[in-house]
Amino acid sequence: MRSQRTASRAAALLAAGYALLALPAAAQEKTLNIVDYGGAFEAAADKAWFKPFAEAQGVKIATEQYDGGVAKLRAMVEARNTIWDLIDLETNDAITACDEGLLQKLDPALLGDRSDFIKGAILPCAVSSMIWSTVFAYDTSKMQTQPTTVADFFDIQKFPGKRGLRKSPKVSMEWALMADGVPAGEVYKVLATDDGVKRALNKLSTIKDRIVWWEAGSQPPQLLADGAVAMTMAYNGRIYDAKKKENKPFAIVWDGQVYDYEWWGIPTGAKDKDLAEKFIKYASAKDNIWKLSNFISYASPRKSSVEAMNKAVLPDMPTAPDNFKNALQIDAEFWADKYDSINSRFMTWLGQ
Amino acid sequence: MQSTTHTERLGRTVLRLFSAAVLVFLVAPVLIVIPLSFNESAYFSYPMSGFSTQWYAALVSSKDWRLAIVNSFVIGIASTAIATMLGTAAAMGISRPSFPFRSFIMPLLISPMIIPIVVVAVSLYLVFSPLGLTSSYAGVILAHAALGTPFVVITVTATLMSFNRNLVRAAASLGAPPLLTFRRVTLPLIAPGVATGAVFAFATSFDEVIVILFIGGPEQKTIPRQMWSGIRDQINPSILAMAALLTVFAIAMFLIIDWLHGRAASASNNNN
Amino acid sequence: MAVGSEAKSMPQEGRNAYRAARRSEAMRSLAFALPLLLFLVAVFLYPIGALLMRSIQSDDVAAAFPRVSAGLAGWSGATLPPSPVFAALAADLAAAQQNGTLVSAARRLNNYEPGFRSLILKTARRLPDPAAGPVEQAFVDIDHHWGETETWRFIQRASARITPDYLLSAIDLRAGPKGLSELPPDQRIYQAAFARTFLISGSVTLICLLLGYPVAYLLATLPQRQSHRLMIFVIVPFWTSLLVRTTAWYVLLQPNGIVNALLAQAGLTSGPLALMFNRTGVLVGMTHVLLPFMILANYAVMRGISPTYQRAAVSLGAHPAVAFLRVYVPQTLPGIGTGTFLVFVLAIGYYITPDLLGGGGDEMISQLIAFQMDRQLNWGLAGALSVYLVLLTLAVYFVFNHFVGVDRLRLG
Repeated sequence: MRSQRTASRAAALLAAGYALLALPAAAQEKTLNIVDYGGAFEAAADKAWFKPFAEAQGVKIATEQYDGGVAKLRAMVEARNTIWDLIDLETNDAITACDEGLLQKLDPALLGDRSDFIKGAILPCAVSSMIWSTVFAYDTSKMQTQPTTVADFFDIQKFPGKRGLRKSPKVSMEWALMADGVPAGEVYKVLATDDGVKRALNKLSTIKDRIVWWEAGSQPPQLLADGAVAMTMAYNGRIYDAKKKENKPFAIVWDGQVYDYEWWGIPTGAKDKDLAEKFIKYASAKDNIWKLSNFISYASPRKSSVEAMNKAVLPDMPTAPDNFKNALQIDAEFWADKYDSINSRFMTWLGQ
Repeated sequence: MQSTTHTERLGRTVLRLFSAAVLVFLVAPVLIVIPLSFNESAYFSYPMSGFSTQWYAALVSSKDWRLAIVNSFVIGIASTAIATMLGTAAAMGISRPSFPFRSFIMPLLISPMIIPIVVVAVSLYLVFSPLGLTSSYAGVILAHAALGTPFVVITVTATLMSFNRNLVRAAASLGAPPLLTFRRVTLPLIAPGVATGAVFAFATSFDEVIVILFIGGPEQKTIPRQMWSGIRDQINPSILAMAALLTVFAIAMFLIIDWLHGRAASASNNNN
Repeated sequence: MAVGSEAKSMPQEGRNAYRAARRSEAMRSLAFALPLLLFLVAVFLYPIGALLMRSIQSDDVAAAFPRVSAGLAGWSGATLPPSPVFAALAADLAAAQQNGTLVSAARRLNNYEPGFRSLILKTARRLPDPAAGPVEQAFVDIDHHWGETETWRFIQRASARITPDYLLSAIDLRAGPKGLSELPPDQRIYQAAFARTFLISGSVTLICLLLGYPVAYLLATLPQRQSHRLMIFVIVPFWTSLLVRTTAWYVLLQPNGIVNALLAQAGLTSGPLALMFNRTGVLVGMTHVLLPFMILANYAVMRGISPTYQRAAVSLGAHPAVAFLRVYVPQTLPGIGTGTFLVFVLAIGYYITPDLLGGGGDEMISQLIAFQMDRQLNWGLAGALSVYLVLLTLAVYFVFNHFVGVDRLRLG
């Protein structure tokens, strides 16, 4: 008796197994697979662009998160099995990916009036979605004196406590040189030399045992909130989000901010290129692109957006005049070229 | 003599205190998750700022979490079914004294349990990706099935080793065909072992995150994958709510295994 | 064995029939395991083999630059290669750009010398016109590296289809013109990482043994009903998701977390201790996850040990502690062996816990393998690191199998 029941149960399991293998085929609804940096950025993009687009088009949007770099994209394209339809990139990754044929050329007609975009916001394979900045932040309730310059980040005598840094040579190296006295305008000239890399690493070595490394953009607000660090490198929008939504007593130091464009690109071999193009057209449109700033303090790359944008966010934007006094634009060409070599030295230094 | 019993008693007390401390170390972090999941703050901060069930509400209303829960069960059940069938059959061969090349085949069969999981994940990506098996349910199910098989092999082999082969011979000598013998005699006797192995295989799949991270796509989010991104990519206390639910689930698993063991014990009472 | 001696007394014919029967019996046993074996070969062993093979394969450069590879085959390396090789490079670069093999070749060369990737891509963008004049000079004008023999030696080396380079770099060695040498100290990374992985796994195993053995002993010697009730303290964490437990420690060990709060309340500390993003966090998290394996393995063996021998030793005048060490502990060696094996083997492959609770100086080999794949897409180095990690695991397995025996592996 029992054996029969077991056998029929096994048969049911088997049937279920086959049904499941066929499951993906059964899902008929069109899906746009997007990979982005997650966290507060994705939450804002979801409200500003993903949801309205999905509703208007009657499609589903599935997101995945990553922490930058083109290795995974490369692996997909090389295996001829591209899973992502749309990718959110930093500039140097966008340049590298385009160079290596990992992104499809973008049809300029999608973008409408191209003169409305600020200089450098359109690449052959990608279009800028927003402008963001790497800054450092601290918890005002826990700091006796307020840090004001990027040199303060490295001053562990005056400002004791741990430091949070992104586990990447980008921006860490620039800050190390700026804190070591290199003017913003000459940072990349110095960093291009072997001695410059050594100088930056030596400066980082002075605080190495205090550094807590993070990889994902949502980690720094968490590190600040639970007191794991006294100051941390962060993406400005994430700190804004923590202040606004959670009333966290965080403050941003804008001195030495390193700003960059963020990009949309369509991977080579994307399964639904048409839908991805439709999305780019939608999210880059004059009437939609600025809507991101309703939810997070990232600036729009279209000139016309200045009028449309919510004025209350302006002082928190990386581009606000007060914040922009000692700003450095990331040299994406530099990083596209040198990332691999500097990163391997950085990772070796890190592992020692 | 008296001093001996005195030292013995002292030793026993120290042992009890020490063990109590270790057991608290084991269980406290698992239980602490439950109150923390009712924290009001959006960060994992302590002391708690207030009582709220919002993270449970967030869990229920998020389509990603709903997908992850469904996926975890779908992938877990399908891979367990495969692992259990293949593993049970293999165990029936291995437990026979005539099984050849044992010292060569055993390491192969239990290798999914001991090969570092990152190596497995990277290898599967390398081979599955050109075949279109990455970002597919089929790929994830096959991978999880492979990871689950050693547990089934080990538990069923252990049950078979302690079971009286004469019963099978008796059934055969009475003219029962092998399949009938299997269904009527072998299976009921080893069922608790098979079930234990299946529970282990299911738990392996249910808790697996690294293979999913490498070969799963946006559609194959599972609970562990979602928790990983919850703690890394989008800090979100929903994962504490999920963690609390999983702890309750683990306690349920304990009770199930316990019940199965009880049955196993009564089934093979003459052997113990 | 009894059957064997029986067979010996049989006549030749009978012995043959007996052997045939045994063989077919063996085949029948094997047939039961065959579906699983084939399944594992297809979805598990073959992929792992493919990754491990990547550690010695090097097809990218030969595939992208066939003419240059052929031209450099007999080159001595003392002076710059002859001008047909330069012309071949121009032709190969153009062809590789067309058929899409250029980037993978450039990245392969970049493994030798950072900067190679951009050198190749840059050169391919401004290919010299062969008709315009001496092609060597044209290349040197694009980048002075083309005028250096070392550049060409790297290309020659990378053209070989089988390479020892990945296996060497995975242990910080390199092959130069004068044989093997260690990398300069500021570039070494993997030897230390292997040592660290070994150290962390060893420490965790030892801590688990020290904490778990007494607990297993207590559980095994308590009356059945009591020990059964206490077992829930071991089993529930065992069944709780790894991520749940790691998340719990993430919350507990924070500077303002519960552990620090309790320590401060007890007056033991004046300020918060750094308990996470360092070695402490890794050890605490890993010990917590792996301790149940140690307890369960020892408990399973101890339960079957009769207290009679130990009692006999005591009644013969031995001190209880001596009786415990000399009589009881040796009987538990299989449990210690199994627990140590499981904990150590699982620990050396750890990834999640060190990643979430560790700091910059706590990276284990698994994390570096993931990094090579996930960030660098360097299959060769990921494969080479995997080779060493798998060898280490197998070595531990065979030691275990030799001294304890895999049949003793029990679960639950």
